[in-house]
This record gives sequence, C-alpha cells and structure tokens, in this order.
Amino acid sequence: MNTEVNLAGIKMKNPVTVASGTFGYGREFDEFIDLNKLGGIITKGTSLKPRPGNKPPRVCETTAGMLNSIGLQNPGVEYFMEKDLPWLRQFDTKVIVNACGSSIEEYVELAKVLNTLDIDGVELNLSCPNVKAGCMAFGTSYEGVKEVTSKVRKVLDKPLIVKLTPNVTDIVEPARGAEDAGADGVSLINTLLGMSIDIEKRRPVLANNMGGLSGPAVKPVAVRMVYQVAKALKIPVLGLGGIVNGNDVIEFMLAGATAVSIGTGNFIEPEVSIKAIEGVEEYLKRHNIEDINSIIGQVQMN
Amino acid sequence: MPIHAKCKLVKKEKLREDIFKFSVESTEIAKTAKAGQFLEIRVTDEIEPLLRRPISIYNIEGNLVEFIFQVKGKGTEILKEREIGEYIDILGPLGRGTFDYKNKKNIAIIGGGIGVFPLYELAKEAKENSKVNIYLGFRNKELVLLEDEFRKVSDKLVITTDDGSYKEKGFAIDFLKQDAENEKIDGIYACGPLPMLKAVQSFAKEKNIPCQISLEERMGCGIGVCLGCAVKVNAGEELVYTHVCKAGPVFDANVVEI
Repeated sequence: MNTEVNLAGIKMKNPVTVASGTFGYGREFDEFIDLNKLGGIITKGTSLKPRPGNKPPRVCETTAGMLNSIGLQNPGVEYFMEKDLPWLRQFDTKVIVNACGSSIEEYVELAKVLNTLDIDGVELNLSCPNVKAGCMAFGTSYEGVKEVTSKVRKVLDKPLIVKLTPNVTDIVEPARGAEDAGADGVSLINTLLGMSIDIEKRRPVLANNMGGLSGPAVKPVAVRMVYQVAKALKIPVLGLGGIVNGNDVIEFMLAGATAVSIGTGNFIEPEVSIKAIEGVEEYLKRHNIEDINSIIGQVQMN
Repeated sequence: MPIHAKCKLVKKEKLREDIFKFSVESTEIAKTAKAGQFLEIRVTDEIEPLLRRPISIYNIEGNLVEFIFQVKGKGTEILKEREIGEYIDILGPLGRGTFDYKNKKNIAIIGGGIGVFPLYELAKEAKENSKVNIYLGFRNKELVLLEDEFRKVSDKLVITTDDGSYKEKGFAIDFLKQDAENEKIDGIYACGPLPMLKAVQSFAKEKNIPCQISLEERMGCGIGVCLGCAVKVNAGEELVYTHVCKAGPVFDANVVEI
C-alpha cells in the first residue's frame, strides 16, 4: 500500500500534515506523539520580526468549533532558524514554514531568508483575518494574490504553497492568482471570519471583536472550496478545515486535495494526526486501494 | 511531563448545588503534579462541545488526583453527570508556572470564591515546613466553601464574607494586611477574582514581599500551541504577551500585568 504523496514538489510519506498555528513548532506535541510519523509539519505563522499578537480574550468556543484572534504572535524568523529549526530537523518529516507579513516588502524579505534555510517548503499566508495590515488584505483578490506571490516567487526557489482565505465570493479567483504567479500549490481554507457575542455583557467575546472560525463546524465549507479549486487549477491543493479523523482526510482527498492539514483537532486530541493516518490506512485496506494517489479528486458528482 | 489518559472516576462529591469534587485515579499524574497545575478535561468523545475544560488540581492523595469545578456551561453540565467507575479523558498535569513555597518560613495564602480550589494542595504541602496563614473571601455565607479542609492545612484561617453574613465582614486582603503589620510574611500566594488579585499584587509590591498569583484566561489547547490564553508581561514600553497555560497558570506577581 502506498501512502506517499507529492505535494507541490514535497514528497511526503503520507498526506497528513499539521496546520499552522495549531502545532507551535512541534515541541509541545513531541511529548505526546512520534513526530516522525507525520507527513509534514507546518509551522506557526512566522514573520520577519517578532509579533506580540492581539489583546486577550483571543479564543472562544462556538458550536463544534472555535473562534480565534491570536494576531500572529510569533518570535520572528531569526529565533525560528536558531532555536526551532535545528530541533525540528532531527525528525523524519517535512518542515514547511508558514510565512506572514504586513507588506509586500516584508513578505519578500522573509522569503529571501527562508530561501537560505534547510526547510522543505513555504506556505505563504495571505489569509490571516486577525491582523490590521497585510495577510488577508492581499488574499481576497486575484490581483492581490498574484502580486505578492509573484514577487515572493522571484526570490524563493523552494516549493511555494499559497494559503487562501475563504472570506471571498469566489475562491477560485485568488487561487488562480496564485497559480498564475507561479505557486507550486495552494492550501485552503484558512479560518472563516466570525463573531460571538456575550449576551449578558452585550459585547463580543473576543477583545478584537471578530476572529477566525475553525473546527468541525467549517468542514463542509472547506470541502466545497477544495473541490472547486482542485477542479479549476492544475497545481495541487493542500486541504484543511475541521479535519478530526481519517474519514475526514479521505473526504478532502476525494474532493481533490493531494494532502491535508489537521488544525483545531490538535487541541482536542494531541494524537489526532497519528490516529487520522491510521484511519486513512484502514480505509485504503478496506477498499483494497493500492495507491492513495488514486483517490485524489475521485468524488463522483450527482 | 504531561500525559493523556483516561482516568477512572472513583469518588464524586457535591459540595454545593453547582460545585462538584471529583477524585480520579492516575498514578502518573499524582506522581508528577505540582501545586498550582491544572488538567485539561474532555467532557465528551463527540465534537460538541469541542474544547477541553481547564480545571485546576485541588488535591493529590496517593494515586488519586482531585479537582473541583463549578457548573457554568454546557461542558461542566456534561461533566457533572459522569458516574463513579466511568473513565474521564484527561491531559495533564499542565502548566510550568507552579507555586514555589520552598524555603519560605511564613507564608500567606489568599483566595476568593471558586479561586480557592488550587490553593489547597499548596497549603497542604507548605504546611509541612512553614507557618501557613490562609485568608479566604466569599460573597456571602451560602458561598463559603471548604472551611474545614483549609482549617486542617493552616496555622491560621480567616474566612471573610463581603456582606458579613458569616465570620469576618469585609475583604480577605484587609485581614492579610492587618496581620502583615505584626507578623513577618515571606511569601504571598493568591488565586481569585481579578480585583482581589490586583489588590494583592499592589500590596505585595508595596511591602516588597515575594508574591505569586494564579491566573485564568480563555484557553484553546492548554499546552502552549494555540497562544490563546495571553497575559501581558511587564516589559516597560515593549508589548509582550506570555500564556497562562504554559508559562503559568502561576506567575510571579511582578512579572504580569493584570
């Protein structure tokens, strides 16, 4: 049975990665799971300089999901390359850095640094809904995505995956922007912009008022968008949004994803990614499928 | 090091209509847990409610780990229905910021309302080598909890109610302040509502007494990856956030801005 997939030039032993912002840089999960078993680790969103993040409360639970407005708190790329990357590299898993910035110049500077590092790829974050400048501001239009992606592409030789926001009318447009700019793949979906109100205080629960919705609640939206993008684009799709088990992984792959990320599920069960890999293997066995690649995009529409 | 395990519920006690004490079996957690740490409890195997519930450790006895929780929403509503003999999904013990009472001869512990729970294990452990004064404040007589338990692990116990309906009338901090005039206090440890923590923090600073406070904030993961439970660090002009679940929940009162 073959579970190896090739995502945008990144050969992974299985299609399961862990999503940016839900796994730190891996250390916390090393206490619970064997990181060697993961297809890949996508790091916490990392910027050129450290970012303090937003005021608390930053998270709140919603029905079958949660809202977050972390605001890309991270120690910056220098800290990452000195402290976390050497540690991460001891594991036999792919390391993909989620890169975020407030301006095109910042994305480009960061990409130049990332190009020199021993990493397997870059996930360009054009989709965080929780920061004032950059990120999602670029990610909602064809032109915006194309402009940032093409400038990053010029300085980055490593596999480049553009992470897209679902907060758009037509997800295929920004996805095409990434493809036309030379991206090797796209990942979707980032969180859906939402709001939760404390009815006693008559105020939003989050200090930032709005935040990104994630968890099983968003899965059908994510599956739909992955399907639409995979159908329209030639480059591969990394699918995510509410995955908590192997069946969910299969569902995303049938919709067209070449690989997937598990995000919020990591908060509930630290072992969720490993269990999902096992679940995928069981599915393949049960259906006598020799090669996992043969199910990608194989949903039969009604 | 935290573990993830299903732990058998062996004792369940209703302390008040909305407050429950659970005793679960876990040799591993009991062996490694430190005073001030907490557990992340999954109340259901379903995806709703989704997140784990952070609940502080109340007491460790042999291979038993005890926690007390107030029923506040859908998660704790489900949790309170769990029966003896069932297994509870626990991640813990969590938090690297724990109570440090070693080498302190005279300590003062101050708690308010449901914030008193994480202070019991601290008092019990500290009592072995230190003189322990405990000050617990509640809104009124009906809300007073665990008086006998705290009496056993203290040299002096002061219970206050805001309205004077039971024992001393007033705020617990005022009685701590009074005693501090006449006795030497080498360390203050606090957990409770924010106004209390602020008062304790500023008193400790004024008197230059080492002080630790246990904080809470809305949490996502409980293990330091989602960065949800942010608390501001006292870093001058620079804005720096640390996180309750990993750096805390117990902090040096001088380090955090609350």
